[in-house]
Amino acid sequence: MSTAIKTLLSAPISARLGMGMVFITLLAALLAPVIAPYGETEIAADVWMPVSSDHWIGTDNLGRDLFSRLMYGARNTIAIAFLITALSFVIGVVLGFLAATVGGWTDQFLSRCVDILMAFPTLIFALMVLSVVGTSIPALVVVIALLDSTRVYRLSRAVAMDIEVMEFVEAARLRGEGLWWLMRHEILPNAMPPLVAEFGLRFCFVFLFIAALSFLGLGIQPPTADWGSMVRENSGAITFGIYTPLWPAGAIAFLTVGVNLIVDWFLHIASGLED
Amino acid sequence: MTRLLTMKNIVIDGQTGDTWTPIIKGLDLVLDKGEVLGLIGESGAGKSTLGLASMGYTRQGCRITSGSIVFDGMELFDAPESQMRGIRGVRIAYVAQSAAASFNPAHRLIRQYAEGPVQHGLMSTAEAEEKAVATYRQLLLPDPENIGYRFPHQVSGGQLQRAMVAMAMSCQPDIIIFDEPTTALDVTTQIEVLAAIKEITRRFDTAAIYITHDLAVVAQLADRIMVLRYGELVEENDAREMLANPRETYTRDLLAVRSFKKGKINGNSKREVILEVKGVTASYTGEDNVLEAIDLKIRRGRTVALVGESGSGKSTLARVITGLLPPAKGRIVFKGEELPAALKSRRRGELRRLQMIYQMPDTALNPRQKIRKIIGRPLSFYFNYDRKQQERRILELLEQIELPEDYIERYPTELSGGEKQRICIARALAAQPDLIICDEVTSALDQLVAEEILKLLLGLQGKLKVSYLFITHDLATVKAISDEIVVMLNGRIVEKGPKQEILKPPHHEYTELLLSSVPEMDPEWLDSFLKTRAIQGSRISHLPTSTA
Amino acid sequence: MMKLAKPEGITALVLKRIGLGLVTLWVISLLIFVGVEALPGDLAEAVLGQSATPETVAAFREELKLDLPPHKRYFAWLGAFIQGDFGNSLANQRPVVDLIGWRFANSLFLAGVTALIAVPVAVLLGILAALYRNTLFDRLISMATLSTISFPEFFVAYILIALLSVQMVIFPSISNINDQMNFWQKLYAIILPCLTLAMVVTAHMMRQTRAAIINILSSPFIEMANLKGLHRLRIVVLHAFPNALSPVINVIALNLAYLVVGVVIVEVVFVYPGLGQLLVDSVSKRDIPVVQASGLIFAATYVLLNLSADVLSIISNPRLRNPR
Repeated sequence: MSTAIKTLLSAPISARLGMGMVFITLLAALLAPVIAPYGETEIAADVWMPVSSDHWIGTDNLGRDLFSRLMYGARNTIAIAFLITALSFVIGVVLGFLAATVGGWTDQFLSRCVDILMAFPTLIFALMVLSVVGTSIPALVVVIALLDSTRVYRLSRAVAMDIEVMEFVEAARLRGEGLWWLMRHEILPNAMPPLVAEFGLRFCFVFLFIAALSFLGLGIQPPTADWGSMVRENSGAITFGIYTPLWPAGAIAFLTVGVNLIVDWFLHIASGLED
Repeated sequence: MTRLLTMKNIVIDGQTGDTWTPIIKGLDLVLDKGEVLGLIGESGAGKSTLGLASMGYTRQGCRITSGSIVFDGMELFDAPESQMRGIRGVRIAYVAQSAAASFNPAHRLIRQYAEGPVQHGLMSTAEAEEKAVATYRQLLLPDPENIGYRFPHQVSGGQLQRAMVAMAMSCQPDIIIFDEPTTALDVTTQIEVLAAIKEITRRFDTAAIYITHDLAVVAQLADRIMVLRYGELVEENDAREMLANPRETYTRDLLAVRSFKKGKINGNSKREVILEVKGVTASYTGEDNVLEAIDLKIRRGRTVALVGESGSGKSTLARVITGLLPPAKGRIVFKGEELPAALKSRRRGELRRLQMIYQMPDTALNPRQKIRKIIGRPLSFYFNYDRKQQERRILELLEQIELPEDYIERYPTELSGGEKQRICIARALAAQPDLIICDEVTSALDQLVAEEILKLLLGLQGKLKVSYLFITHDLATVKAISDEIVVMLNGRIVEKGPKQEILKPPHHEYTELLLSSVPEMDPEWLDSFLKTRAIQGSRISHLPTSTA
Repeated sequence: MMKLAKPEGITALVLKRIGLGLVTLWVISLLIFVGVEALPGDLAEAVLGQSATPETVAAFREELKLDLPPHKRYFAWLGAFIQGDFGNSLANQRPVVDLIGWRFANSLFLAGVTALIAVPVAVLLGILAALYRNTLFDRLISMATLSTISFPEFFVAYILIALLSVQMVIFPSISNINDQMNFWQKLYAIILPCLTLAMVVTAHMMRQTRAAIINILSSPFIEMANLKGLHRLRIVVLHAFPNALSPVINVIALNLAYLVVGVVIVEVVFVYPGLGQLLVDSVSKRDIPVVQASGLIFAATYVLLNLSADVLSIISNPRLRNPR
C-alpha cells in the first residue's frame, strides 16, 4: 500500500492534472442532488439566457438551469458508462483468461467469435439494434457491454498468454492446481497493471460512445439530464452565436482528457520505460 | 611506442529514474596493435559497457562522464559525431552477442556486409561483395558464394554469428570488439566460431577486445586478461601468467570453478529404482518423433545427468516425465507403479513426489507472491498444513537453503538470481519429493553463484536422499555432480552409464565430440584441437548434430 | 518446435485471411437479418406502434416478407441484396437503392478527402516525433494529440463551427451539397466536417505511428547500424523504414476503418447528405429496410478495410516475405 501512495505522490504534473479533473467530475456526480441550485428538470427562467448570478452558466433550450443539469448529467452518464465498462470487463477478462489458460478448442472457438464480433463497427451495430428494440437502457447496457467486451477479451487474452508461458505458471500446473487457482492467483495479480490501464481506456470509450448515441438522439432520452443529449438539445444555439452546447460537450471532453492523462501516466510507469 | 588504444580513468554512469549511478568507476585500458585483450567478469561487471566505450559509444541511459579515450592519436571523449562516425565500423568494429537481433531482417546478409565499406568510401559494391565471399570462405561458412544472398532468418545461429564476424572485418578495422559472441551457442558450434575468430585476428593482425564470462574460452584467444567486478578492476596480467598464477582470490575462484567433484560411488549397490522410463517415443505433431525409444532408470539418492545440445530432446523428456506431453509409445513407472501419461489424470499424491526446478529464476517465481506464499502453498496443497505449521516448516526450509528468516516476508524481485534459485529449491523440497528434475538450473547463473547452488543441491541430496534428474548442456557441471550420465542426440540416447565409464574412452563418436569440444583452461587447447581435426578430417560434418 | 503448417507460406496466410473476411461478411449479414428476427412480440406492431392498422400491418409484413419461413426469408433478402434490390423504404416507399447510392458516394467523398489530408500529416508527424523523441516538439505534439483523441467528435465540430463559422464567417456550418455543385464548391462546403474528422483521426494515427517507429528504433539492429558508423538519415530511411512499413500500414488501414464510423457523427452535426445521416434518421424512424441496407454497407466497408490492413501488413513483413 505504501508503495502505491509513494507512486501517486511522484506523479508528473499531467497526471496530477488528470487526477484533479476526474476528482472534480466524480464529486459533481456524487453530490449533484446536494449542490445543484435547481432541480434536474425545473424550468427556472427564459430560454438560452446568458451567464448571471442566478444561473452560473446560463439556461438551456427550455429555460432550465444549465449548471444543475450539468451536475445531474454527470451522475447519469458516468453511472451508466461505469456500469457498462464493469460488465464488459468481467465478461472480457474471464473469457480472455479462460482462453489463454485452457487453450485448445476453447481458445479457437472464443477467438473466432470475438474476431467476428469485432469486425462489426460498434456504432453501426448499436444503431441497428436500437432501431429494432428501441432505446431502452437495459438493451443499451447489454449490447454495448457485449461489443466492448471483445476488446477487453483481446487484451486480457494477450496479457494472460504472456504470463502463462512463464515457468511459475507451469510450476503451479505441475503441482496439480486447478483452473481457478491459476487464473486468480497466478495470472491475475501479474495482469493488473495493463488491465487497470485498459479499464480507464474502455471507460473513456464507453463514455464517449454513450454521449455520441445520446447526441444522435438514440441514447438516454430527455428529460433525463445527460451530457450527450444536452449537446443535441442546445445545438441550435450555435448558429445564433450562443455557445451553450459547448458546456456539456466541454464537460465530456474534460472528463475523458482527465482519464486519459491518468491512463497515459499509468502505462508509462507500468511498462517501466525510461524516457 | 604509441599504443593503439589508451583509455584512462573512464567513469561511466547509468541512469535509473532521475539518478545517475556509476557503472564503471575509473578504469584504465590499453591495447596494442594486433593484441587480443580478454575482458572477464560476471554479469553486471561492466564489461560490455567498457568495450563499447572504446568507440565512444554508450547505450541508452548511460553516459561517459569523464576520462580520456585516445585511439591512434585521436581523443574520442566528447568528440563530434562526424568524427565518431569515421571511426565506427571502419577502424573499430563491434560483434554483438545476438547475431539474430543485430542483423536487419529486411536486408540480405551480403548487402549488410557491403554497406560498411561502401558507405565509408573504401570500395565499390562489386568489390565489397567479392571480398564478402572470400571472407565467408575463410570462416568456413557452407556455400560461401551464395550464403550471403540469404536473409538473416534463413540462416542458422552459428552461421549467422560468423557472418557477423565477417561483417565486422569488412573494413579491415584495427580493433574488433567481440561481445560474448559464443555464449548463446552450443559447445560444438562454439568451436567453429572460436576457430574463425582466431584465424581472422591472426591473419590480419587485428587487435581485439574479447568480452566473456568464460575463462576457458578467453584462455584460447587472449594475450592479456583484465578481470572486472562491479565496475572495478580486480586483476590484469598476461594471459598465461594469470592462468598459471592468479593473484587475487576472486580470480582464483573463477579459475577453480567446477573443479570440485563428487565423491566416488562405492559400487552400484542395488538401490531402489525411483523412476523408470520405458521405451518412450514422443512427438509434438504426430509426425516427426522428438524422442525415440528412451530407456532410463533413476535410483534413490542418485543424480542422473542428462546431457545434450539444443534439439537433443532433453527438455522434451522432462515434459514427458511430468505429464505435460503424453508419449506416443512407452511408459513412465514411478516407484514401481505406472504413472498416467497425462498430467490431468495423475493424483495429487503422485504429483507431489515428482518436482521440477527451472532454468530462469526470474520467471520461475510469481513476482506478486511473497516467499511465504510461494513455499507455503505446496505445504497447504499437499499436506493441508495450517498457518502455524506452514510457518514453522517454511522457516526450516529457509534454513536448509541457507537464507535468513526474514526472507519469508519478501517478494522475489527483492532477491538476487542465486537467492531466487534457492527459493525454487525450497519450493520443490516443501513437497518432500522422491525425485527432482533440475532443468538447466545453473545455466542462467554466474559461475560462482552456480557453484554454490550445486554444492547446496549435493548437500541436500546427502541429507534427504532425494534423486535428481539433472538436465544440462554443460559438461563441467556433469563431471562435478553426476553419478550416471545419459548422452542424448536428436531424440535418442547415444550412450549411458556410470560417470566414470562414460568419461573414460572409448566413447561413442558424439560423446567424443562433446567432450573434446569443451574448452579447457590450457591456452594451447584450441590450436591442438584444430590440428587434430585437420588430421582426422572434419569429423563434425558427417554427424547429424544440431544446427551449426 | 513450430513448423509452418502449409508449405506455401505467405500466399496461404493471405488466402486464409481473405477467407476469414468473407466468412465474417456472411455472418454479419446473418446477424443483421437475425437482429430483426429475434424480437419479442410482433415486429410489425412494435415498429408501427400507433399507426398499426390492419392495412399498414399487412403492408409492413408484405414488405419485409415476414410471412415466409425464416431461412427462405433470409435467402430471399440476401439474394435481392446482391442483385442490388434493397427493398423499399418504409418511410416513403421509394426503392432503398436510390436513397443509398448517392449518399454512399457522398460519404466516401468526405472520408476520402479526410484521409488524403490526415494520412500524410499523421505519418510525417509521427515519424518526426519518434526521431525527436522527448524534445519540446514531441512533448507538445503528444499533449495535443492526447487531448484530441479524448474529445468527442461533436465537441471538436462545434468548436470549429464556433470559431470558423460564427466568429469568423469563413466556412459554412451546414455542409449541404448537391449535384449541381462542381468539385471545388463541394470541397468548400465540406471543409469543416473534413477538418473535424481529420483532427481526430490524425491524432490517433500520429500516436500509433510514433509508437511503432520508436519500437523499431530501439531494436538491436539499429544499434548495430549506428556502430557501423552510418549516417542517421540512412539508418532511418534504409534500416528503420522497411521494418516499420508493416506496423505503420496496419495503423493507417485501421484508422481508415475508424473513419467509416466517425463519419456518421460528423454528418449529423453538419447536416451532410451522406449514408451516416441516412442511417441515423432511419433508426429514429425505424425504417427497417433502410437500416438493414445501410448497416450492411457500412459493415462491409469496415470489414474490407480491416482485411486490407491485415493482408498489406502480412505482405510488407520482411520475415514473412522471405521464408526459410
